[in-house]
Amino acid sequence: MRFMMLVIPKGYESAKPDTMPDAEQVKTMMKYNESLAQAGVLLSLDGLLPPSAGARVSFCGGKPQVTDGPFAEAKECVGGYWMIQVKSKEEAIEWAKRAPMGDDELIEIRQVHEMEDFAADVQAAAAGLDEMIGRK
Amino acid sequence: MASPDISKTIDAVWKIESPKLIASLARMTRDVGLAEDLAQDALVSALEQWPSEGIPRKPGAWLMAIARRRGIDHFRRNKLVDHKHQQIGYEMEARQEDAAPDFDAALDDDVGDDLLRLIFTACHPVLSTEARVALTLKLLAGLTNQEIARAFLATETTIQQRIVRAKRTLADKKIAYEVPSGAELSVRLASVLEVIYLIFNEGYSATAGDDWLRPALCEDAQRLGRVLAGLAPNEPEVHGLVALMEIQASRASARVGAQGQPILLMDQDRRRWNQLLIQRGVTALARAEGLRPRRGPYTLQAAIAACHARARQAGQTEWQRIASLYDELATILPSPIVELNRAVAYGMAFGPDRGLAIVEPLLGEPALSGYPYLPGVRADLLFKLKRFDEARVEFEKAAGLTQNASQKALLLDKARECRSA
Repeated sequence: MRFMMLVIPKGYESAKPDTMPDAEQVKTMMKYNESLAQAGVLLSLDGLLPPSAGARVSFCGGKPQVTDGPFAEAKECVGGYWMIQVKSKEEAIEWAKRAPMGDDELIEIRQVHEMEDFAADVQAAAAGLDEMIGRK
Repeated sequence: MASPDISKTIDAVWKIESPKLIASLARMTRDVGLAEDLAQDALVSALEQWPSEGIPRKPGAWLMAIARRRGIDHFRRNKLVDHKHQQIGYEMEARQEDAAPDFDAALDDDVGDDLLRLIFTACHPVLSTEARVALTLKLLAGLTNQEIARAFLATETTIQQRIVRAKRTLADKKIAYEVPSGAELSVRLASVLEVIYLIFNEGYSATAGDDWLRPALCEDAQRLGRVLAGLAPNEPEVHGLVALMEIQASRASARVGAQGQPILLMDQDRRRWNQLLIQRGVTALARAEGLRPRRGPYTLQAAIAACHARARQAGQTEWQRIASLYDELATILPSPIVELNRAVAYGMAFGPDRGLAIVEPLLGEPALSGYPYLPGVRADLLFKLKRFDEARVEFEKAAGLTQNASQKALLLDKARECRSA
């Protein structure tokens, strides 16, 4: 099963667009990334720029509306993620516990939905879509 | 707030720590069987102490300290037996003393070589294939005997005996705990790759309704493959195997229909293929091909799988490229199964008559007798050549051989189609 480990660094929701981690932080993080890779559990990872460099698209009333970051109402935001493949949620938690995080950071663990988890009717709906767009 | 069940947490820690633990202990004791026993002792202590005392901050170091202490006790008890044991006991004590607080960081840095030794030992050709598979899952994937038994539809006693015998064989034959070199390396590496791919295929052949531990074997094998790729980064076939497994695993949710029926590659909904795994597979394949003097069988099979993965629709498959990859595979790994697949590729790339020319010599092949795909492929090629009477006979033959009900129905439909054509 796959899990996403989402890093939520406090204060990142209001960080400047050009905020960069320092070399020392990167070095420590690389070591951790390496340990995930060496254990064969790492599928992918990325770090994200702060919200001030991004935008939000909301859909109130069915109409897309764009707001540039930062977002005043946001209390926290994602700073990056690892996608890992492990045997259990407990194992994902154990890996998260080993991450080199500071006092003001936390990791949220979320399991990835697999197609097999969907009920048969949802799977069938996806298959029907396939015919509709003329792929078969 | 709900706290996770501690026994599940201990399982998870064990899964992460036990391969490193056993690998290091095996180097210290020069005995894989004993190393595993000591690690198990440490696990028992953890199960006794952690529920009340909590999980230590460095669980790996904790387990190692306990296992090492047990090891020293063991050698003290046996020190009158012979001088060698005494020596090992002294060495372990000496290490115990200079074990710095941050020694699990040190453990992580040095453990790679030990892990590689452990993989080569668990997959030693002196052991039967079944024993190699069981020992690898036990020592390197952290599975319990019960889990291995469930995954392989065997009893726990069978697995337990298999592992005990395997450990005894390693001791009796005095198998050195080392990474082979020179000419021996390629033979021994082939054995390791075979074991990992067998585990993968066992998981891949699981069907709906099976214990979830069976399909999970695919993930165990992928993980072992990735670990091995990190430990032996200059071996092209290791990356080839990783690529092959990643790409095959990418189709996991497309290869079974909503009613649990298998769906053949060409009929799968390709949007369900996992693009992240495909991308990982293609990257591993590029690494394998970058290292080659020549492409080995796993790399070639991965290259074929990648051709399918690249085709967004079945109709876009580059069959000529696949046909030439099968040519290459047939020269280095000639087998009737490879020939049959080569026939399919030739049929698609150059026309059914070219495919049929490869199938015909296989008809008397004992290895393929009773194999439904032989008449199945032949039927398909004959059908395309509009030789309907012959095709019908072959479709019926294939239907009689297959164990799979929905496949049988499909083949009988095709046979009826021949009759009315």
